[in-house]
Amino acid sequence: MSQRQISVQGPQREIAKKWRVTRLAWGLLLPSLIFLAIFTFYPIGYSVYMSFFKNNMATYATGPQYIGLANYITLFTQDKVFAASFRNNLIVAVVTVPTSIALGVAMAIFANQVKVGKGAVRVSYFYPSLLPMVAVANIWLFIYTPMYGLLGYINPAWHFLTNPSTVLGALIVMLIWKQAGYVMIFYISGLQNINSELYEAARIDGANARQTFWKITWPMLKPTTLYVMIITLTNAYKMVDHLYIMTKGGPGNSSNMLLFYVYQKAFDQSNTGMASAITVVLVVILLVITCVQFFTQDKRIFYA
Amino acid sequence: MMMRLQKNRLQAASWKWTPGKVIGYAFMYLFALVCLIPLIWMVRTAFIPQEHALNLFKVAAPTLDNFVRIWNAASWSTYYINTFIIVGGVLLMQFITITMAGYAFARLEFYGKNTLFVLFLTQIMIAADVLILPNYNTISGMGLANTLLGTMMPFFASAMGTFLMRQTIKTIPFEIEEAATIDGCSLFNMIMRIYLPMLVPCYIAHGLIAASYQWNNFLWPLIVINSVSKRPLTVGLAIFAMSYETGAQWSDVCAATFLTVAPLLILFFIFQKRFIESFAYSGIK
Repeated sequence: MSQRQISVQGPQREIAKKWRVTRLAWGLLLPSLIFLAIFTFYPIGYSVYMSFFKNNMATYATGPQYIGLANYITLFTQDKVFAASFRNNLIVAVVTVPTSIALGVAMAIFANQVKVGKGAVRVSYFYPSLLPMVAVANIWLFIYTPMYGLLGYINPAWHFLTNPSTVLGALIVMLIWKQAGYVMIFYISGLQNINSELYEAARIDGANARQTFWKITWPMLKPTTLYVMIITLTNAYKMVDHLYIMTKGGPGNSSNMLLFYVYQKAFDQSNTGMASAITVVLVVILLVITCVQFFTQDKRIFYA
Repeated sequence: MMMRLQKNRLQAASWKWTPGKVIGYAFMYLFALVCLIPLIWMVRTAFIPQEHALNLFKVAAPTLDNFVRIWNAASWSTYYINTFIIVGGVLLMQFITITMAGYAFARLEFYGKNTLFVLFLTQIMIAADVLILPNYNTISGMGLANTLLGTMMPFFASAMGTFLMRQTIKTIPFEIEEAATIDGCSLFNMIMRIYLPMLVPCYIAHGLIAASYQWNNFLWPLIVINSVSKRPLTVGLAIFAMSYETGAQWSDVCAATFLTVAPLLILFFIFQKRFIESFAYSGIK
């Protein structure tokens, strides 16, 4: 088995050996590959395929009917719920990503420096991300309940969740509360990887706290920020459990999200064709997010 | 010596209290407190006698009455068992699949390695959360609708865990393996006897992350499970909470919420450092 011995015995033996190793490696990867094939690759292809069919209650008797791109055309030109969900998802992403990152960095810097109550501070920042979204939804539903809720003590007339113009904002506050501590974790380890000599040099040059942050800390945290951006961006499209408890996407779809709309189309309305088309849109969004990040990553990373 | 002096001075300098720093510290402490409010309030409502639940300033002796009442109103013990089975089953299967796959990616040079690596990445980009409709069709096609196995199966392979495993195995010196092969150890024995003990931190890290994901998972089990006896905690909680109309019984809902979050949260409070390290570890690529 020793690699050195075989390499002197010519290229043919080398190739034969690589095939042996290949068989072994594929054997080891096979269990994972089977599950990935069934529950990740196949469903993506299946969704694309099904999105070209009309398949709902009306076609129940006749079977799915091929309609080309009609589902997509309906989604992007006529479907108001889809438009609202698409817009809401975009708003959630645009607001929660930078806010969570800003809060996460502040939390991490504080949690790294603080001397009194370090553990307690970390716990209270991080624990929300360990709670199930459903539990979080129950607690915040109670907080937002008019009259009886916690905010009801401030102003009993507040109806944040039943007012179309405030519901998304109310949910976003909750999502940031849940997510910021999770973001903090990655920044804590990011901060610990920064060479302390850089700070020393900055101090000798007489840099103030603000300059030190913008000239050293923030640029050195760039790899962490890119990683966190992928997580928070994709999360913005995946977090929907709370809708089931709090709003069901309402009032009037003002808080609906794409993934929840998939759930409604597929399991409430039995419209498989449309649900597949929305799934494909979601898959494309997630692919675009991660690919853009992966491909731009290498060029911009600062190596310490 | 010089270095140490500078370092001390640096620390002294960074600990000078400026007005900006005082305000910043006060704000961040306050913020930590604000983050705790929802938890404190939920726990208070769960333990205070029902008649005082909506009176914020009432002080009363804690009681378990709310828990006794809800424990009899829904099959919480069944929900607990189902959640434990799901978490345990998924973890067990993932530990097997990620150890095998992680070893292959870390130690073997083979045809198709890069292609397979990219295929694994797909699972990280497009999580099973999004593919609920096609996966439900697959599961029910296999006759596994309304089973715990059907709930677990889409998570039996984990690309995240595989990459974590690969990273960890790469840090173990290769010489260890050469010594074992000379002693005539089979691959299986070598992984079991030599690698496994060294991978324990990796299993803990991945285990904590995967366990909290499964414990908290909701939409997928909601779709797959349609009988009371198979519900996990999250689904049980949601359906229990939804059974109240407006003018909700907040004592009951908070007690039920407490039941759902307590085990994971208590574990976290005890092993705080371990949890945070594990989640941080998963982010290192």
